[in-house]
Parts: sequence; structure tokens; C-alpha cells
Amino acid sequence: MSKDIRLDRRTFIGTAAAGLSVASLSRPALAQGSAGRVVVIGGGFGGASCARALKSFNPALSVVMVEASKTFTACPFSNLVIAGLRDLKQQEFGYDNLAKTGVEIAFTTATGVDAEAKRVTLADGTTLNYDRLVLSPGVDIRWDGLPGYNEAAAAIMPHAWKAGEQTLLLRRQLEAMDDGGVVVISSPANPFRCPPGPYERASLIAYYLKTKKPKSKLIILDAKDVFSKQRLFQNAWKALYGDMVEWVSLSNGGKVTSVDPAAMTLTTDFSTYKAAVANVIPPQKAGHIAELAGAADRSGWCPIDPVTFESKLRPGIHVVGDASVAGAMPKSAFSANAQAKVCAAAVVTMLANGKPPEPRLINTCYSVVAPDYGITVAGVYKPTNGLLADIDGAGGTSPLDAPADFRAQEARLADGWFNTITAEVFG
Amino acid sequence: MPVRSFFAAVLFFAIAGNARADGLDAPAGALSCSGCHPASASVQTPAPRIVGRNADDIVTALLAFKSGKAPGTVMDRVAKGFTDDEIRAIASWYAARKDQAQ
Repeated sequence: MSKDIRLDRRTFIGTAAAGLSVASLSRPALAQGSAGRVVVIGGGFGGASCARALKSFNPALSVVMVEASKTFTACPFSNLVIAGLRDLKQQEFGYDNLAKTGVEIAFTTATGVDAEAKRVTLADGTTLNYDRLVLSPGVDIRWDGLPGYNEAAAAIMPHAWKAGEQTLLLRRQLEAMDDGGVVVISSPANPFRCPPGPYERASLIAYYLKTKKPKSKLIILDAKDVFSKQRLFQNAWKALYGDMVEWVSLSNGGKVTSVDPAAMTLTTDFSTYKAAVANVIPPQKAGHIAELAGAADRSGWCPIDPVTFESKLRPGIHVVGDASVAGAMPKSAFSANAQAKVCAAAVVTMLANGKPPEPRLINTCYSVVAPDYGITVAGVYKPTNGLLADIDGAGGTSPLDAPADFRAQEARLADGWFNTITAEVFG
Repeated sequence: MPVRSFFAAVLFFAIAGNARADGLDAPAGALSCSGCHPASASVQTPAPRIVGRNADDIVTALLAFKSGKAPGTVMDRVAKGFTDDEIRAIASWYAARKDQAQ
């Protein structure tokens, strides 16, 4: 196959060089020597990956990325920071290398999107016109989603679901806690960022408690009856931490219905739990700009076309990463990165009036339950009936009965994955 | 498939011209691989680099993962999501990207 294509490519370049305009295939912008302008909002795993891929796929494209923070703090592996096993600095990445690829970066907040006029408004009132817009705003906390929990409460009962100061706050609280204290984690109903995250966090906090404060206890109050990699986590808890970790499912009354930060209590339908340290992982929704752009539906998330990631609500706007409704794909950094590259290819192709081919996407989520004990869930996805669906027979979790060296190898691969994906996106 | 590949190639070069455009011709699934398999040798990971590797070697490894003949950690589960033709296309594409190996 490749031989034929190479020949065709040479022929085509030759023709183009001889004066037959490439614009015969495409839109007026191309004829003017510009391939078009794409604005990307959000500089996380989705947005930064997309901006870089857009520029790589078509260097003539003008790509502007809008991101409020000059330093990105990665959520994957931040549970290791909470457990004292990693420095927050190792989670931080800048955008200098992304800028070197030709992506323009506007370090500010996007405050509005006019989908009709194809225009983004920034915090200082300036506007950016676009031919296509990519939103990768991640998640926002639903501050009205759990009675008693608001921004002030988060300073006492940290969510630590956006890495940074919240991560360090939870770590400091654990360090200050007396041996014998009760740590309570509240885990939300689906969907939310990083489905295995609350359970990885529980594992690593248990590791910290076991090694530093062995008389302590950890309770997970859950708004679900099933969760990601459940058997693997539960087996590991029993094997590594004995009775230290208690999981209370939805049907056992685990759903937290209100919190009281002054009393340090979390209330469920059946009882009230007093915590020495409370980690409230609250309900979430797509980042606010998605709502402002009209790309979020009543669920708070953004339905998308599974081939192009174009919004089903707002033509010309694409949504990738945690904010999107990506069917079977979980809200993970790996998913966001994979989606961003497929979306970038689709955007470049659509700007040239081409038809994007049907993609395949992969996700792999590593969870570390102890420093030498990693577990994974993987999936392969294709567009099916308007959603990204699992390809039957592929994917699944690590084996339940794997030996210790398999778990150790997955822990090493987890580390390698973090190095690889952050090098691709920010390196 | 060859017809679509032809048009994909034409589109790729219509967009890219003679600039250093890179990656738009990736076959289905290939763009996900670099989440774990680094282009740069300076990245520390047990996952092997696949950029510039012999296509037949990649195909052989993936088919062995897919059939269960080779034990894997993650790749046994991932390879099962691709047809043999898709695996060959991905392998050829990565093999041809020698210049991306750093």
C-alpha cells in the first residue's frame, strides 16, 4: 500500500509545484495562503495535545490556545503526592516547548463564545475569531451539588480533584492527623473525572496510614454500587491493608447527602460519620466555558460526534477530554490525549473540506495501590450508533490472580506512562 | 481501502504541501499508541519505542499478543481491539516514521 501512495504523493506535489493550486481542493482561506484559524480553550492533557497535533498535522494553520495558568499541574499521580510519595513539583509542567511548535498561547480566561459569529471573548474584552473551536475545559465542581459543600467548605474538607493547592492541603491534613484518626472519602455518582481515582487515593492514603499511623481507619462513602477495577482494588485492600479500608456502597447507605465542615461530619441516609480528615469528591460537570458556548446539555456534559468530536449542539465547536460525553471512554488523561489527536486530525481534514475517516481510540488507566503494586483497565473504542463504544473482546482489567511481579511491572509501566504522555504533551 | 488511502494521501498533501506536516496520514488507532510508546529515547519507561521499528516485528508482536501466544500486561487487551489489517497498517506507519525517532 505505501509504495502506491508514495508515488501518488510525488505526483501530486509535482503538480502542485507546477502551479496547480492546492486550493482547488479547499476553502478560500487556503487560497489566500492560510489554512485557517483554530482556537483551543484549555491547556490540559486534551487542549495542549490538540493544539500541538493541529500544528503538527498542518503547520500552516494558525492555532491559538487559551489557558489561564502558566503552569499545568497534572492530576494523574497526584494521589502519590497526597500520600507523601511524590513531590507536587513532579506534577508541574510549563508551556514553553508547546509554544516552540508554533502554537500561540493566550494566558487568560475565555469568558464567552459566540458560536454563530465564530468568536471567542477573552477576560480583557479582546476577541479571537476562529474557523473551528476546540473546547477542552476539563471539569468544574458542582458547588450546588452537595448540601453544605461550597468553596469555603473545600478549604476544610478538600476535594483535591484539581491538582495543586488542594492536593497539598489534603496531604498536610493527613500529616497533622493523630494516629487512630478516621479518614473519610466521599465518592460521587457517575460520571466524574477519573473513575478509579477515589479508590487509588484510598489505597495510597491507606499505605500512608499503615506505614505512619497504623491505628487509623479509612472509610469510603460511595454514591455507587460498582466502581472501576473494583475486584482488583478490593483484593488489594484486603491483602495490603487488612481491615483498615472500609467501603460503604450506595445500597448499604453510602451516599453522602450533606456535609458539615464546622462539625467535620458527613451525613448519609442512615448515619452521620465524624471525620478527622474528610476528602469530599463532589459531583462535577463540564468546565464553565462549555456551558457558555452552548455545548453542554442538561446533564452538564457535552455530547459529541464520535468521529470528529464536533459538538452535537454547536456546529463548528469540538469538545474533547473530561467535558465530552465520549460513551464508553472514561474521563482520563489518556482518553483526553487520544481524543485530542483524533479531533485535531478531523479539524484539519474538515478545514480542507475533506471527510474524516472513522477512528479507533485506545484508553489505558493505571492505578497505583502501593509503590510496587499497579493495576490497569484498558479499552479500545470505535464509533457505534453515534457514541464511542467498546470493541467487543478487547480491553478489560489486569488479571485478578496475577503474581506480585506482574503488579510490580504494572507499577513501573504506570511510571513510564506518566513520563511518556507528559513528554508528548508538554515536552 | 486502497481508494480511501489514495484520497487520504491526496488530502494529506493538499493540506501539507511541502511543509513539515506530520501525522495526518495515521491509520485508525495509531494516534493513541504514543500515549505509552514514546518517540524520544530520553523518556524513561519500560514500554518499547515503536517509531522506526521494523514493521514485521511490530506485526508479529501484536498478533502474538492478540492470539494470547505472548503474555502481556496491557497489550494483550489492546491488540484484541484491532483486525489483522489494522495492525499491519499501524505497524507500517510507525516503521516509516524513522525520522521521528529522537
